[in-house]
Amino acid sequence: MAEQLLSEGATTGRLRTGDPYRSGPGDALRTYRMVAAMWIRSTMAYRTSFALTLATSFCVTFFDFVVILLMFGQVQGLGGFSFAEVAFLYGTTGTAFGIADLTLGSLQRMGRRIRDGSLDVFLLRPAPLLAQVAADKFALRRLGRVLQGLMVLVWSLVLLRDEVAWTWGKALMVPGMVACGAVIFMAVMVLGASALFWLQDAAEVTNSFTYGGNTLLQYPPTVFAQDLVKGVVYVVPLAFVNWLPALYVLGRPAPAGVPSWAAFAAPLVALVCCGLAGLAWRAGVRSYRSTGS
Amino acid sequence: MRLYATVAAGGFRRHATYRVATLAGLFTNTVFGFVFSYTYIALWAERPQLGGYSMSDALAYVWIGQALITVCGLMGGGFEDELIERIRTGDIAVDLYRPADLQSWWCAANAGRSAYQLLGRGAVPLLIGAAAFGFTLPDGLSGWAAFLLAVALGSFVSFALWYLVAMSAFWLLDGQGVVQVAWLSGLFFSGMLLPLTVFPGALGEIARALPWAALLQVPADVYLGRYGDGRGLLRAYGFQLGWLALLLAAGRAAQAAATRKVVVQGG
Repeated sequence: MAEQLLSEGATTGRLRTGDPYRSGPGDALRTYRMVAAMWIRSTMAYRTSFALTLATSFCVTFFDFVVILLMFGQVQGLGGFSFAEVAFLYGTTGTAFGIADLTLGSLQRMGRRIRDGSLDVFLLRPAPLLAQVAADKFALRRLGRVLQGLMVLVWSLVLLRDEVAWTWGKALMVPGMVACGAVIFMAVMVLGASALFWLQDAAEVTNSFTYGGNTLLQYPPTVFAQDLVKGVVYVVPLAFVNWLPALYVLGRPAPAGVPSWAAFAAPLVALVCCGLAGLAWRAGVRSYRSTGS
Repeated sequence: MRLYATVAAGGFRRHATYRVATLAGLFTNTVFGFVFSYTYIALWAERPQLGGYSMSDALAYVWIGQALITVCGLMGGGFEDELIERIRTGDIAVDLYRPADLQSWWCAANAGRSAYQLLGRGAVPLLIGAAAFGFTLPDGLSGWAAFLLAVALGSFVSFALWYLVAMSAFWLLDGQGVVQVAWLSGLFFSGMLLPLTVFPGALGEIARALPWAALLQVPADVYLGRYGDGRGLLRAYGFQLGWLALLLAAGRAAQAAATRKVVVQGG
């Protein structure tokens, strides 16, 4: 049914319903805002439940950090990095990933929607598909992760106040890397969601790059095997989320023989990732065949 | 008894159909296994014998953890979402009409799921980890058997825990908050992030006494042969069985109370 409408719309140009890549970014943002606002209103109907889930979301990520605290209770440094430096790595990736998770975390549910056929409903609406799916069941509680990441980041900056020779470039690098990092994580999420059009059950593979990448980036690159580090520089460019810019801020050499100017390439990398994710998404939507139920 | 064996086989088969999901999960467990392994290597290089583990023990611990995530439901039992949904929508009434006990039914289905996950998502990461890092292996066939028994008990304790969590939905209807709290406790107190033997002072003692220790810490220590002679091993099993009995009884009590409530409400 949806397929039929889709092809009809494409040929006649009259029915634009469900044709997600014909509309501008303004459309997408408006749709996202509307759907997200609706879910926030519905969440706020159960305020106690919301407060509880927000608190747990905060704690889940906080326990992540407790592990690092417990580790540093036993040792002075990890891979040659001090506590403040590891906290800086943790805070930057945690905030970037938190922002990406808050905005696009719902994409994970898409596999289920493809399987049970409820994605067709989205295709029928005259609004961009990606924005609809991304805002579907928008969970404001994910703000807990952002807050926790920010708290650790601020704490690490207080600790690093005198250790780092701050310049304007370094100071601007901190918000810049969080923003670019969030965009890179978002691109990975969209890429993963695109794969779901072909592999409906594979949502967990995305987790290894998003959650797994986040965990990886919390620790200094000196801890890991150099091949693994090269992999996140050249293959899945997660190193640009925080490792490369953070090492520049901390005044340390870049890992895996990467030139130090690469720290400034993060915006470009983020842009390329977005382009690739966009292409993958279009290819995915085109190949979508409804379950027909 | 035959009924529950059929239910367990059904649980096994049902999860065996999600082959891509199993592969995706395997991949994720392996990636996390590698990330954790390197951080543990860095940690144990600074502090050899931390928590009484050698580096080789610590690496084995990482991969046992990755292998048991789904088997022993460290981050979710794998059935509670469905059960809570049935309670929320009222479908549970149909289940209660069945000539089978609700708790035993779900327990059997979960045992089947757990057995599948052991083969599908447990064995392979352990093999990959052993090939990549060459960590400690159990002491012969008896060591493996002792480990598997501890894993089985851990899986049942996990069931009892998550069943109790699901029962809360009868009162709260929206189980999300409780599930998240349980998930959080499981993540931290099972020792998945860091072995409970590394937790300092009172925090460590409390963590090792809580039921979540039965899901990963105890099976891992059985695997590493840390309970020594037969008596130590029996104490470990006793710890798991004790929590199992207590949690199953609590779940049963909650179920009985809930059933009465359903009857009153359902009219």
